[in-house]
Amino acid sequence: MRVKAAEWLLLSPELFLTAAGLLLLALASFFSKAKEEFLGFLSVLAVAVTAILLVFVAAQPAREKGPILAGTFVLDNFALFFKFLILLSIILTILASIRFVGAAPYPGGEYYSLLLFTGVGMLFMVSGSNLISIYVALELMALSSYILAGYFKAEIKSTEAALKYFILGAFSSGVLLYGLSLVYGFGGKMGLADLAKLYAGTERSNLIVLAILLVLAGLLFKIAAVPFHVWTPDVYEGSPTPVTAFFSVGPKLAAYAILARIFYVAFPKFHADWGLIVALVAAATMIWGNLAALLQANVKRMLAYSSIAHAGYALLGVLGFRTSFGLWGILVYLLAYTFMNFGAFAMVIFLETKGYAAESVSDFNGLAKRNMPAAVVMLLFLLSLAGIPPTAGFIGKYYLFTAAMKAGYAWLAVLAVLASAVSLFYYFRIAAAMFFSEAAGARLQSSYALTAAVLICAVGTLLVGLAPERILEVLRSCVPGGY
Amino acid sequence: MHLDQIPILSVVTYIPIAGAIVLIFFFPKERTGAIQSFATVVAGLDFVASLPLWFAFDRGKAGYQFVERASWIPSLGVEYQFGIDGISLVLILLTTFIGFIAVYCSYTAIAERQKEYYVLLLLLQTFMIGTFCCLDFFLFYVFWEVMLVPMYFLIGVWGGERRLYAAIKFFLYTLAGSVLMLLGVIALYFYNTTGFLGYKGLGHPATFSIEKLTAVAAGMPVELQIWIFFALFFSFAIKVPMFPFHTWLPDAHTEAPTAGSVILAAILLKMGTYGFVRFSLPMFPEAIRTGWVIGLMVTLAIVGIIYGAMVTLVQKDMKKLVAYSSVSHLGFVMLGVFALNMAGLQGGILQMVNHGISTGALFLLVGIVYERRHTRMIAEYGGLARQMPIYATYFMVMALSSMGLPMLNGFVGEFAILQGAFAKSFWWAFSASTGIVLGAAYLLWLYQRVFFGEITNPANAKLPDLSLREQLTLAPLVVAAFWIGLYPKPFFEVLRVPSENIVRAVGGHTVTPPALAQERAMHAGSGR
Repeated sequence: MRVKAAEWLLLSPELFLTAAGLLLLALASFFSKAKEEFLGFLSVLAVAVTAILLVFVAAQPAREKGPILAGTFVLDNFALFFKFLILLSIILTILASIRFVGAAPYPGGEYYSLLLFTGVGMLFMVSGSNLISIYVALELMALSSYILAGYFKAEIKSTEAALKYFILGAFSSGVLLYGLSLVYGFGGKMGLADLAKLYAGTERSNLIVLAILLVLAGLLFKIAAVPFHVWTPDVYEGSPTPVTAFFSVGPKLAAYAILARIFYVAFPKFHADWGLIVALVAAATMIWGNLAALLQANVKRMLAYSSIAHAGYALLGVLGFRTSFGLWGILVYLLAYTFMNFGAFAMVIFLETKGYAAESVSDFNGLAKRNMPAAVVMLLFLLSLAGIPPTAGFIGKYYLFTAAMKAGYAWLAVLAVLASAVSLFYYFRIAAAMFFSEAAGARLQSSYALTAAVLICAVGTLLVGLAPERILEVLRSCVPGGY
Repeated sequence: MHLDQIPILSVVTYIPIAGAIVLIFFFPKERTGAIQSFATVVAGLDFVASLPLWFAFDRGKAGYQFVERASWIPSLGVEYQFGIDGISLVLILLTTFIGFIAVYCSYTAIAERQKEYYVLLLLLQTFMIGTFCCLDFFLFYVFWEVMLVPMYFLIGVWGGERRLYAAIKFFLYTLAGSVLMLLGVIALYFYNTTGFLGYKGLGHPATFSIEKLTAVAAGMPVELQIWIFFALFFSFAIKVPMFPFHTWLPDAHTEAPTAGSVILAAILLKMGTYGFVRFSLPMFPEAIRTGWVIGLMVTLAIVGIIYGAMVTLVQKDMKKLVAYSSVSHLGFVMLGVFALNMAGLQGGILQMVNHGISTGALFLLVGIVYERRHTRMIAEYGGLARQMPIYATYFMVMALSSMGLPMLNGFVGEFAILQGAFAKSFWWAFSASTGIVLGAAYLLWLYQRVFFGEITNPANAKLPDLSLREQLTLAPLVVAAFWIGLYPKPFFEVLRVPSENIVRAVGGHTVTPPALAQERAMHAGSGR
């Protein structure tokens, strides 16, 4: 296979990010712990440059962006949207990490470069149009994240999180790979479009259905849907909080992108087979995620279950992929989710001055008195997560409920709205702690980087909630043709 | 500049939030006096700004007036659309009126975190007025839900002992109801556009315009009407609250600070009845005419009246007593609304206003002695009439207004409701009127225990009577009670055209109350 020069240019964001990650790793050995902050800003710069390169790629005429690398890499608007969102999530993560990593007794250079490597994996993932290339990119992302989970290597919890994540992740990758091998064995094809063509001319067979279900199971693990969610609370609790924040957003975005892409491009014909399963999984995920979150006293675990519940809502969009609201809804929802969920985690980081300090709900006690703007911003994120208008979370959920209704899953929509109402109860435990309890400490100060991350999230949450029109139009243009 | 050129509804809606923003950024929290005065000025200004609506409103015109339209989310068919008819007009005026009183009555009741308190009150004011102004269902939903947030904090921060429980219960209950409304709205949206669940859509352009959706919904097949009616029913019934969805109310009302209780009773409950009048009736006429649906609604209303009154009778806590009496009173409103005739509907809407005035005033009055004694238990009082004669007088007037004594506002509303109910069925009216008897019983008994006799509790021996400010918060309510009681005609005039349209939409009698009496006399005369 010969790669043409134009293709190298189209790959420039991914290539640049890889190079930046490697360079950072090398540079790290020249920096003392005290000066590591600089590496953080350097990596923000690297991601920003990647984003600019991506803008140039996006500006290329459509016919030049066709599948490249022998048809395994597509640059449609759907992929581009996810790429931008992933880069945003990495920038936010780094901004939220700088003070945190600086205070931890572990080398920061590796941390930042690992983040960039997960980024590379995700960028390839969302562009993947071939099962093998998707899988390889997914593993690049996953392996880097296992290490990130264990970044606090002297902390038992962090190590435990990494090990659990690794074992369960490897297991789910195995399931996924087995599914992929069956898919390949059935037709000798790996390209998504080829598969669709192949299935158009074949009858439904149990083997294909089995293969599809295995692929589905592997992907549901990555988005932490019930019953493949058990790793989430432990990993989220044990990982360093900025890493948790990242896990709850970045890798999930990428997993959603490929879940949606694989199912709407390659397997729409067997919708009758996987539709009901996805519907049941969505129902179980929304119910269990929300109910389990009710019982958590640890904020990170609570947000972990909440993110499980949110994965359930987003599955409604996958179910409604044939309606005009389904895929569009996923895009809107994930955009909203990125802002609000990351924002909520960033506030946990804000309280967590050192180690695992601020993890119980009571650590939020009296935040309104210690730092009123911070409490108000956190309230905004909580409202958005609960889907109260006029926030991004409401607009996102509106799309998903609409998609479910339109796709004929009215029962699921009813369940979703009720689950969403229940979720308010645990989100507002934090709100109650912030506003109704007496202060538990002195006034809190934020770092500039963290403030910037929180502000980006807050502005995004409000903007998508109050004046979404421009954004919605852009996202509509990112929905793949024909849907 | 002529009134037509000013977006007056938006002005009225957003004055309070603008005031809240100024408070946040320009008033240091230590300057409580300045904060109080400023909030009062803003609320007063809002009331003044809303008055031109009353005078400029064209009573004879069907449809919405002062309409404002702007593009908001065109890709979903969502528009920023404001406009009012007579029904929303009286409710908006009630809101700005009560809103001002709620701010003005809080000076002494609220001692800590005053800045946050007034900011929240003003925010709440904007959201409530906005809800009554909306002509776009999506926008309506936004206001409807966001309103819960400031109320949650008002109860949770400045409430009584069980405030946390009451606040979250209030929020969860009302939220659970309203999310189902969202699905109802989505269903309407799809019926109007591309169809869903086997229903073929009408293929119209996407819209959430209440006017357009009302026309569309009324033409839906009856089973779909029933489904969507019930999707909306829960959100409205919980807000009203109708029996058996009322359990959040005693907690929220009792635990909220005085101003919060006043606003809850006077305005927030009216959101539910307003929802029934604005949406349920004209949108789902066939569903409502279905025998079991109307039967269920009326049964719930009557059970609410009687059960509410009986529970009220046994309350030991004054505030709880007033709170439970709301369940009974709102049952009356629902009965009037579901009588589906002019008398019942107009009476029901007027009774919404009346309940706001009299129950709002009763909450204020209870709050006043609570500030002095820090207890609301009836047993702690007795003989207050000797010590606080002015207070006792105000209390008497408002209690009489609440129990529906002629010359006062409650009588007019209840009379029209009973008239409407009677036109439908003797038994409806009969069962409802037992509620009036019980109402007189619990209020007079309360009055007797609190005000008459000797002062038995030494703690009550030195209670100061009403201050000038306290009288000033109560006097406007008394004036309003007498005005509606003596001369309700302007209200009936404002309500006539929209009520006629609604009654016509549900296929009931569209005659005005006096004519209805004649008609009935004619029926009786034609020999049955």
